Amino acid sequence: MKTTEQLRETWRRDQVFDFVQPPPAFDSVVDTTHGPILYVENISVSFDGFKALNNLDLTIDEGELRCIIGPNGAGKTTMMDVITGKTKPDTGSIWFGQRIDLLKRSEHQIARGGIGRKFQKPTVFEALSVFENLELATASKKNVWYTLNNDLNGEQRDRIDEVLRQTGLTEHYHQEAGALSHGQKQWLEIGMLLVQNPRVLLVDEPVAGMTGEEVEKTAELLTSLAGRHSVIVVEHDMAFVRSIARKVTVLHQGSVLAEGSMDQVQNNPRVIEVYLGE
Amino acid sequence: MLIQRLLLNDRGGMVVLGLVALIAIVVPVLNLAVPPESPLYVSNFTVGLLGKFLCFALLALSVDLIWGYAGILSLGHGAFFTLGGYGMGMYLMRQIGDRGVYGHPELMDFMVVLNWETLPWYWQGFDMFWFAMLMVLLVPGLLALVFGWLAFRSRVTGVYFAIITQALTYALMLAFFRNEMGFGGNNGLNDFKDILGFSLSADSTRAGLLIASAIMLILGYLACRYIVTSRMGRVIISIRDAESRTRFSGYQVESYKLWLFVFSAMLAAVAGALYVPQVGIINPGEFSPLNSIEMVVWVATGGRGTLFGALVGAFSVNYAKTFFTTFSPETWLFILGGLFVMVTLFMPKGLVGLAGRLLRKGDKE
Repeated sequence: MKTTEQLRETWRRDQVFDFVQPPPAFDSVVDTTHGPILYVENISVSFDGFKALNNLDLTIDEGELRCIIGPNGAGKTTMMDVITGKTKPDTGSIWFGQRIDLLKRSEHQIARGGIGRKFQKPTVFEALSVFENLELATASKKNVWYTLNNDLNGEQRDRIDEVLRQTGLTEHYHQEAGALSHGQKQWLEIGMLLVQNPRVLLVDEPVAGMTGEEVEKTAELLTSLAGRHSVIVVEHDMAFVRSIARKVTVLHQGSVLAEGSMDQVQNNPRVIEVYLGE
Repeated sequence: MLIQRLLLNDRGGMVVLGLVALIAIVVPVLNLAVPPESPLYVSNFTVGLLGKFLCFALLALSVDLIWGYAGILSLGHGAFFTLGGYGMGMYLMRQIGDRGVYGHPELMDFMVVLNWETLPWYWQGFDMFWFAMLMVLLVPGLLALVFGWLAFRSRVTGVYFAIITQALTYALMLAFFRNEMGFGGNNGLNDFKDILGFSLSADSTRAGLLIASAIMLILGYLACRYIVTSRMGRVIISIRDAESRTRFSGYQVESYKLWLFVFSAMLAAVAGALYVPQVGIINPGEFSPLNSIEMVVWVATGGRGTLFGALVGAFSVNYAKTFFTTFSPETWLFILGGLFVMVTLFMPKGLVGLAGRLLRKGDKE
């Protein structure tokens, strides 16, 4: 039974076998001919019986800025873990472009391949200077022997200068990252993603603990990134989401509850029910 | 450019390396050229002691590289040190030839006692110095590679890693205690005669070994500096401080840890190989877990994450050990334990950190 199915699958005439094409490589251009750059299909993850993600489907277009909201425990962070390779899902598949199966790649490959991730708690290398933080994150060969014997080239340094300007950290260039303010650390971490030249940025709660002015600056930074990168922002702060969002996805109990513009989503009765109770 | 990077930016290191070079030059001269009656004469005992300390300093350096920079606490570095020592010991045993107690041209005395007929396969080739030195590097390196690969791949870190390294060195100790292993059982390897044709009992050979140890220490130090000042070194520091951030920055954290661990193990093995001809014996007792813990105490006392702190620690703790074990042997272990507690509580950056603080205070006044 199973064999016949497999045979039928193999003999289907409308498919192109992967081995006929050159193997997909991260360093080549990601195939986004059909529009989306990231397909999350039917993903389920459970921890000791608790379903953190339940048949989650999500498609992110190239250059899109997407906000993901949802109550605590909705599976937002788990979703990021799955996309970046930290957690392996029980079922489902994730495709980067048309041809790259992310579930077959490890964390560092996914990161090198163009999916950058910012953690909820700002995580920078505190003992190193701002420049060194960016230097480490910069896209380049990242194997042991290469980093032992090579410094960055001029082009890569220019890119770091550019990102320093973008994130407003130029004058803190030499400062130890541990001595930065909370907001500056958040920006540095976003900067560290940017120098990786990612196609997709996953940003987990970028404005938590920021002052009003810092929130504004962050909103500006993130909206300026959309277009060049696809940006996925997970955030609790509704005012912030409203200020940047074009399209919002609401997660609830590990699956998508609603999707659309902020107004559509806020008037969705099911969303209101989840957020406000009965 | 390279000199700037390796030395000039590292003032503490320059001072310590300067002292090492001074020892390597002055001590042999005072030992060989000055008559014993002179007050300037340095005794053979002191030469041996300093040579030993230089080996310990190299060993401490290897521990600091992995613990101070990558945050990987290995409580089994004694295993690599001792394996290196056995490699050298095997070469020295083969040099004895038919001058052993039983006068057998090929077999070691302990093999004759065990009624062995032929030399085991793993003793072949050790009569050649280059081969023995190659094995000194390769065997511990390979062990570290396999062990580290298994441990880091499974993401074993912190205290769990420390415990399994401790188990590794303990297991090796038990194995080497067995006579059937063919490494001389609990007597180990001893009664060495000469190295590269030079008699080990000659003063000049001892002085030469001291100089060789100092040179290896300086080279090892510069190699470590090269690593920690490179981009790879900064990756390693970031692994220590924020491992998952490093991983999501696109680095394969495991391979960085693994290669650093292998390099560190080889450095420890070189220290062991230099140590054995100077003390004249290697036995399984060197594998004892306590030794490996002592190495960590040297580094903690000197100040971890600075490289030269490890050298300072190795010298000062071992000097204290020599002093106390001479005058009141039974108190040493208490002092060692107390030292570790004191350092952890009051000098988290070790002697080097303390000196730095005092210097800065002096600058301000």
